[in-house]
Formats: sequence, structure tokens, C-alpha cells
Amino acid sequence: MRNLQLNSHGELQHLLTIEGLPRTMLTAILDNAAPFTEVAEREVKKLPLLRGKSVFNLFFENSTRTRTTFEIAAKRLSADVINLNINTSSASKGETLLDTIDNLAAMQADMFVVRHQSSGAPFLIAEHLAATGLDHIHVVNAGDGSHAHPTQALLDMYTIRHYKRDFTQLTVAVIGDILHSRVARSQIHALTTLGVPEVRVIAPKTLLPASVERLGVRVFHDMHEGLRGVDVVMMLRLQNERMNGALLPSPQEFFKSYGLTPEKLAQAKPDAIVMHPGPMNRGVEIDSAVADGTHSVILPQVTFGIAVRMAVMSMLAGA
Amino acid sequence: MPNTTLPRIPDAEVLLDALVEALRADAGPGMALVGIHTGGVWLAERLHAALGLSIPLGSIDVSFYRDDYTSRGLHRGTRTSSIPFEVDGAHIVIVDDVLYTGRTVRAAMNELFDYGRPGRIDLAVLADRGGRELPIFARYCAHVLTRPLPATKELVLMRTGKDAQSSLSLTLKEKCDA
Repeated sequence: MRNLQLNSHGELQHLLTIEGLPRTMLTAILDNAAPFTEVAEREVKKLPLLRGKSVFNLFFENSTRTRTTFEIAAKRLSADVINLNINTSSASKGETLLDTIDNLAAMQADMFVVRHQSSGAPFLIAEHLAATGLDHIHVVNAGDGSHAHPTQALLDMYTIRHYKRDFTQLTVAVIGDILHSRVARSQIHALTTLGVPEVRVIAPKTLLPASVERLGVRVFHDMHEGLRGVDVVMMLRLQNERMNGALLPSPQEFFKSYGLTPEKLAQAKPDAIVMHPGPMNRGVEIDSAVADGTHSVILPQVTFGIAVRMAVMSMLAGA
Repeated sequence: MPNTTLPRIPDAEVLLDALVEALRADAGPGMALVGIHTGGVWLAERLHAALGLSIPLGSIDVSFYRDDYTSRGLHRGTRTSSIPFEVDGAHIVIVDDVLYTGRTVRAAMNELFDYGRPGRIDLAVLADRGGRELPIFARYCAHVLTRPLPATKELVLMRTGKDAQSSLSLTLKEKCDA
């Protein structure tokens, strides 16, 4: 099947997943994001690139943070932004996903930013748009089920490149609930595509997907061992709803073994950076001393996230 | 032979000297230069040094403000704009290598207004190749081509080395994305 994400000229048509995107495309997105970082320092924080375009934020699953960063990015590009929290509107009245899309397309939408609890929902929308001849509408996946969260991974890559310059010399550890994490999957694909020679995952056996090694990662179950000599520490959020199941004993127990403390972080390189996609559970996956410490680049990640989303939206709208 | 109908392309270094002299009459502590990437920035660096201006040099990449974005997409390799002075009330001279349709200058002015309200904006260029599509005029212009260039041609500024004092030259090329 043709890669839905690229048009016939090899330009970005939709951003659905990192998987399958060539290294040149990931690098192009990161390169394009750089000049957008400066816009935030101007008196008028606005560029005219998406003037007159309508961007619909379709959030079938709540996420105030991600929705807000997409909203800011689109507004700084002068787009009109319409926020729809679908779980409180049409879907609860029984409308199907594709009927919702058809209706919004009839309102002259130019872009859909989609967050959905089901893996593959943004793909379904992109296929539907192609099948109904609505190729001028672009789709950005803002997180689907446990599948992918490509803009989060891209802003993470931007952050790594900002601090470490060269991907091909790095050891990177992704830590926490890999099993349920769409962020982890997208990060791992991005890291390996960009040529990071050693990607590690550190997690208890119960929070690792089966045959995770096939993604090209080294698996560790012990934090001290896994953190030894790493350049970049990427923490994942432990979702509250997972803590009550059979996979984990208790948040306290998880923190003891897998929480990032200054003592465990001392195993990493002295200039290691610590990242987290937010929102953080302090005292569960990360200690406050680390979250607020000198290694932390968690707040720069948020700032870079807006520039990266501006770059992605500009590339899509110009394709 | 079509080449014989093309105008003579003058030496960029000679034109630069003329541009310095043209600007010198108005140069003073209140003049700020802003170069347009890439050729305009090279020129602005040379002008800034030759005129001994005190306000730090600015540079802009107008890719985000181009009027052909919807048909051509985002320009790869866009550089970060840098305006390291207070724009409100400033006398700004936009510097570019070649003046053509005027669309780049319009984009540059739009961008400058997102930083503040300049007191006055002027334009300095090395060469005017004709073919204006907007009511834009270069107050400081070192050379007007005797005949407008055909749209298939591109007049580009080249720099021999990487440092700001490397010598500049103008070259006529076939337009690659016409």
C-alpha cells in the first residue's frame, strides 16, 4: 500500500506515525522547526502561513495539554482553530467517527488534529478522506490508543538535537510503562530512524510489549544497570489507571524500583539530560529533585513542542 | 544568439563601494540595517562595517511571509530571523542584493511590522533588474540594469569565502524553479 503520509511529490500529506517516515523527512521537520522558535520572542507572535485555514482539534479523548499546544501552534500560524471535545458531543449521541468527519469536511475544514482512544483512528480518517476525494484536508495524529504520538516524539528529537547535536553518538534510555505508551513507540521509531546507535528500554517485565527487542532496543529491568553511561534519559508517564490493575504492586513500589532519583541518575553521564512528556507524577516515575534539577529539560521540551507543531502544520498546509 | 541581448553585469565590489557612498550621506547613530537572507545579509555585513554603524545588524528570512507559500509550500532551510534592536520608531534600511518583483521586500516589511512600528523604512540594493510587480522603490540603488532581465534568468550574488569580508560577485543564471 502507498504510504498515506506522503503525497505523490514525497511531501508530508498527513502525520500519522513516525514508523515508515524516512530519516530525511524527520530531519526536514526538525530543520523546519528551528526558525519557528524565534517567533515566540516577538512582539507579535504570529506568522501568516495558515491565514484563512480552519484547523479542527478533534479530541475524542481528553488532553488539555496536547490540545492547548496544538491550539497555540495553529493560532501562531494565523489559522482559525475550532476545538471539539467529541466525547461530550456527537459521539455520545451515536454519530459514527466518519459521519463526524464528513460533517466537518462539509464545513470546509483544512486540517484535523486527532486524539483518539483507539489505535488507528487517524489512519481511518486519512483513508476515508483519500477515498472520498478530500485530499486537501490534512490529518495530524495527536495520539491514538497505545499506537503513536508522532509530534511528541518529534519534539523530543528536537530537544535531543538541541542539547546533544549529533544522534549518531548517543545512548538513550526510555523508561517506564512501555507497554501502554504510544509516546514510547514513536520515540523508539524516531531514535532508530535518526541513527541513535543504542536505544535502551528500562521497565518491569509486566510493562513491556512482547518481543520489544524487534524494535531495535536493548532491554533492561534494573535502573542502575540500564542508566549506566546514557546521554539521554526519557521518562514516561505512568498512567493512573494502570496502577490499580494487576501489572503493578503500588505507586510506591514502582517508585522504589523505577522512579528516577538523583541517586539512580548518577549512573548516567554527568551531562545527561532528563526528559518527560508530561504531565508528571512526582514521586511515582520521577523524583522532584530530578524534575526540577539541573539535568532536567522538561520545560524546554514544552516550548520546543510549539515550534515543532508549527513546522508540521506549515509543511502539511503547504503540501 | 539570445545572450547578446542580455545586459552587461557589473562588478559587485564596485557597486558595493557606490552603495556605501550613497548611504553615507544619511548614515548616523539612528540608522539600522536589516539584511534579507542570504545575499542581502552578506551585503549588510559589509555595509555595516564600512559605515561604522552602532546599532547591531539585523537579518530576516522572509520565507514565512512569502505570498507564494500556498502554491510552493514551506521553503526548506529557512533561517532564523534576528532583529537585535528596538524596532519602534527606528530608521531601518532593508538591504537586498537584487530588486526584482518587489514581493520579497513586501514580505520583509510585513515581517518587520511584527516586531514593532518602524519610524521609517528605506531600501538599499546592489542592482535593480526591472520587472516590478508592486509599487516598491529602492532609495539606495547602485545600478539599474540597462534592459530588464527575462523571467527565465536569475541574477544572484555569490561570495567567495565564508567570512564577512570575502569578496562578492554578481552572476547571471538560468532560473531553476521557474
